[in-house]
Amino acid sequence: MPQGGLTIYAVELENISKTFPGGVEANKNITLRIREGEVHGLLGENGAGKSTLMNILYGFLSKDTGRILIRGEEVELQSPQDAILRGVGMVHQHFKLIPPLTVTENVILGLEPVLKRLRAERLVETKHFSSLLPIDFRGAADRIRRIAEENGLHIDPDAKIQDISVGLQQRVEIIKTLYRNADIVILDEPTSVLTPQEVDDLFVTLEKFKEAGRTIILITHKLREPMVLADRISVLRDGELIGTVNKEDTSPEELARMMVGRPVVFRVEKGPANPGGVVLAIKDLTVQDKRGITAVRGINLEVKAGEILGIAGVEGNGQTELVEAIAGLLKSREGNILLNGKDITGLDPREVREAGVSHIPEDRHRRGLILGFTIAENSTLGRHHRAPFAMGPGRQVLDLSEADGITEALVDTYSIKVSDIHSLASTLSGGNQQKVIVARELSANPKLILAAQPTRGLDVGATEYIHNVLVSMRDEGAAILLVSAELDEIMSVSDRIAVIFDGQIVAVKEPEATTAEELGLLMAGHKQDQSSAEAVV
Amino acid sequence: MQTGDPMLELMGWLLKATLQMATPLVLTALGGMFSERTGVVNIGLEGMMLVGAFSAVAGTYYVGSPWLGLIIAVIAGGALAGAHAIVCVKFKGNHIVSGTGIILFGLGSTTLGLQVVWGKQGLSDSVERIPEVVIPQLRDVPMLGTAFGSLSPIIYFMFIITALSWYVLYRTPFGLRMRAAGEDPSTLDAAGVSVEWTRIVGVVLSGALAGLGGAYLSIGFENAFGKGMTAGKGFIALAALIFGNWTPIGCFLAGLFFGFVTGLQFIFPILIPELVTLTNLVKILPYALVIVALAGIRRSIPPKGIAVPYEKEVRV
Ligand SMILES: Nc1ncnc2c1ncn2[C@@H]1O[C@H](COP(=O)(O)OP(=O)(O)O)[C@@H](O)[C@H]1O
Ligand SMILES: [Mg+2]
Repeated sequence: MPQGGLTIYAVELENISKTFPGGVEANKNITLRIREGEVHGLLGENGAGKSTLMNILYGFLSKDTGRILIRGEEVELQSPQDAILRGVGMVHQHFKLIPPLTVTENVILGLEPVLKRLRAERLVETKHFSSLLPIDFRGAADRIRRIAEENGLHIDPDAKIQDISVGLQQRVEIIKTLYRNADIVILDEPTSVLTPQEVDDLFVTLEKFKEAGRTIILITHKLREPMVLADRISVLRDGELIGTVNKEDTSPEELARMMVGRPVVFRVEKGPANPGGVVLAIKDLTVQDKRGITAVRGINLEVKAGEILGIAGVEGNGQTELVEAIAGLLKSREGNILLNGKDITGLDPREVREAGVSHIPEDRHRRGLILGFTIAENSTLGRHHRAPFAMGPGRQVLDLSEADGITEALVDTYSIKVSDIHSLASTLSGGNQQKVIVARELSANPKLILAAQPTRGLDVGATEYIHNVLVSMRDEGAAILLVSAELDEIMSVSDRIAVIFDGQIVAVKEPEATTAEELGLLMAGHKQDQSSAEAVV
Repeated sequence: MQTGDPMLELMGWLLKATLQMATPLVLTALGGMFSERTGVVNIGLEGMMLVGAFSAVAGTYYVGSPWLGLIIAVIAGGALAGAHAIVCVKFKGNHIVSGTGIILFGLGSTTLGLQVVWGKQGLSDSVERIPEVVIPQLRDVPMLGTAFGSLSPIIYFMFIITALSWYVLYRTPFGLRMRAAGEDPSTLDAAGVSVEWTRIVGVVLSGALAGLGGAYLSIGFENAFGKGMTAGKGFIALAALIFGNWTPIGCFLAGLFFGFVTGLQFIFPILIPELVTLTNLVKILPYALVIVALAGIRRSIPPKGIAVPYEKEVRV
């Protein structure tokens, strides 16, 4: 707010640079000023350096050069404690919560109130011997309850983090900043884990924060969000600050251009689908997850040759288990999975693969790649036991030169940026890692492609590329099951959309005949009046 | 002492043997818990016990008071653990390698110490023991008299320390931070607490308790130091820690159970005289039972961040 012609800044970052030990220049000479009481959008593609910059402001990462001023005072942040005590709070992209601990324990960690006398009202650092005094759990829980009520963020302070939904976990993170009396609140990609309705709730909360005079920094890679909420928007690209604009003076198109460096097409270019016979048929499939909880409850689905069926749903509603059951990674409890009429239920992953199923797994580090293997080795995984990768009696010996040749060809066709096919997969960027998986999986000439969150964490370029590859595989007659948490992706790539909620398919829609709002409601479990009858695909 | 029912006497005696055998295990397991709950694997407990056992006797020998010897043992165990902490936490060394070094150092340094202090190879000179707590009123009660009539105060400490450990771990800011350091150090760091410091204190505490456990062996139960006198008790304590699922009550119960099984080894030949000739076989029994117990255990869940060095800027 201007005072006597002077703008008061909550935060001033001056000439911040940061290079990570691996050599990545995440921030290049960034100067960014955040006004007191504004909502400031920080926009940029994945990998642009947004999280790095804000973690520096939070004292969680060190900077190489530059100055930080908080309310005009220059600060040297040695640890997050220094930032916390100056009123800076941060909700991290990957929540900083400890699953086996309770909400209260997570909220008070680092600023635990001791002794009943203090009644958890005053925040004091507990150091040395005072950290051996009894924690005032009751007082802390009361304070959390009060903060929750004042801000419309209802929560049970005694619940364990591992037992509550992701949406609630985010509330805990927000409460954590309020508990610490933060008046400069950084939210790092807060909407990426929420349903559209939860996003609306979050925005209502943030409006309240703004009315209360708090300064908010909202990090996002989605164009829509800062346009709704922010007063000013700064765009980062490749570690550089491209510019800061007022919301009134800009448009989504301009922001997109700033973000990517070129005009962006928002829809995937594809012709109409030309569906053939049924490739994948799922009948009454029931699957339990690793903990023995039923995650898929009697799903019926069909995917035809030459079509992309998109599964829309909030993460954790059974889509992981559905895909893993088809891929043979999880055993189903009931029901059948048919591939071209042949029963593949209960086959092991290798047999499923050999039957013509390719799998782009949702967790590329756990299921898709061995990070400590080279790109060439990763490209042969899953087919390493057959010609042309294996040779000799009983195919017991790897033919490494053959593998190299094939990998070179894949790297070429899929334009994967690698310095050398013998470097480790861990040295690639997320986008190129994903391309290695896609190349390997699609080069097997699959009849069915399971694509689970295939573009998660990728920049616009890589995302576009993968969408185009999927569409061209479809046009060549492959059946594709696409699972994604991004509604935009589902709506622009799919030929049909099935909505999954609580382990069941609750609706099937044509992308032209539905809206993001309708799908959002279905994903959140709101029943539909008439269409529940057509829930069987 | 009157001779009562011999069966009752035997049970009283087994009770006492259980407590005696369990005390060093429980103390050391609790120590291991403090280290591992903060995220540092501690297979070096055996070495820390040995150093504790030796320093207790050497301290008593020089200073003349077993109580001071006990304090010296706790400090020596803590100091050795401090070395482990610095290697693992400060220099991000491998916990198993460092722990192995601690074991070998414990064995080597105490053997050398025997030579230097007493000029002996196997057994030190005798020193004064920590006097036992005698409850005269219990003397003549059958069974209870045998079991509790005269016990080392360290056995009572063991109960108190179990309760204290529970209090510290679950009721204090420091305990919360220790649990956080072992589960997810990055979250603790983001909360503004030093992960390194929390872990170092946890590890030093483990050495202090293992030192106390060792001291019980040398100046609580015996009155001298013998070469390698811990005879694997540090490892059994480690097993008790895992068996007890890294919790204070669990360590306590598992330690008592292992102590009981060890006590049985003395009882069997009395009950079944044919076994007398097979003493070596009987001695294996508790260890065999430990393996059976560990194999049959419900899945125990170690702290998530265990054995992972925490480096601020490194992506996980
Ligand atoms: N701890 C780290 N070590 C090495 N490189 C990192 C680390 N964290 C982030 N990076 C790299 O720095 C760049 C910026 O990352 P980040 O700030 O997370 O981007 P954003 O939040 O905008 O998606 C990326 O190229 C990323 O791979
Ligand atoms: Mg980020």
